[in-house]
Amino acid sequence: MDFIIGHYNYWIVIVLMMVGFYTVINRGNLVKKIIGLNIFQVSVFLLYISIGTVSGGAAPIATEGVELYSNPLPHVLILTAIVVGVATTALGLALVVRIKEAYGTIEEDEIHKCDHTL
Amino acid sequence: MIDVVINVTLLAFLAITAVAIVRMTNLFAIIMLYGIFSFLSAAMFVVMDAADVAFTEAAVGAGISTVLMLATMALTKDHEEKRPAGHRPWLPLAVVIVTGAALVYGTMDIPAFGDVDAPAQSHVAPYYIEKSIVDTGVPNMVTAVLASYRGFDTLGEVVVIFTAGIAVLLLLGGRRRKTAAENRGGEGNDT
Repeated sequence: MDFIIGHYNYWIVIVLMMVGFYTVINRGNLVKKIIGLNIFQVSVFLLYISIGTVSGGAAPIATEGVELYSNPLPHVLILTAIVVGVATTALGLALVVRIKEAYGTIEEDEIHKCDHTL
Repeated sequence: MIDVVINVTLLAFLAITAVAIVRMTNLFAIIMLYGIFSFLSAAMFVVMDAADVAFTEAAVGAGISTVLMLATMALTKDHEEKRPAGHRPWLPLAVVIVTGAALVYGTMDIPAFGDVDAPAQSHVAPYYIEKSIVDTGVPNMVTAVLASYRGFDTLGEVVVIFTAGIAVLLLLGGRRRKTAAENRGGEGNDT
């Protein structure tokens, strides 16, 4: 039971990762693909923060009388990753808008058809 | 005990929301669910003591990402995902299950969640926890590392965002000028 509770976080993170991965490789809609990438990304964030968590630890803000803090370094990495992630999402969505203008569709198989008929 | 219950419940909600996102076809509903997903993950970060990460995720992930996706949906005027009829999901499903099983096998050796003696907690982190207030005078260790010890990395991050901003402007800005020029051309032909 302790083993299950101790590893539950990691397993759910893997489930989320695989849901995102499946969305990216199996769904044809480009907006949905980007949402899949985002789900994958959030699962990686959760993995890092899970590894940095110390049970009974406080949030890493120096306070009088607190001895045990959670690990602040994963938090720093993930803060950067969240902001960069939004920048890449914005870029991906801009590309989707351009693809829609050039091809008239954002479904992957229809885009392939357009390419073959050219 | 209450911590464990909240942890388990929030993660279960996250998994359910993610599966619902995959199964839905209405893009508006998918984007709204993604906002919920992002917000749930922010709540999860609070539970795991990562306050700074939580409000960044709530503002940037749940806020800005959702707005960007809604704007894309408005620009592409595509509200429904189409599913091709003869599509077989078995190969992607097999790939995903095999990868997931390999990753679960990998977690067997990870120290349990919240382990105080885990290697991740015992090498570099104690230095920052003990010395950051002495070195920088900033009580928030995350801010101290982000803005003081690793200030140049944060500058690099700003460069990345700047580059992405320029790329978005190049992709979408030229379009507006072109359509405006076409409109002007169209008017010219009419008169």
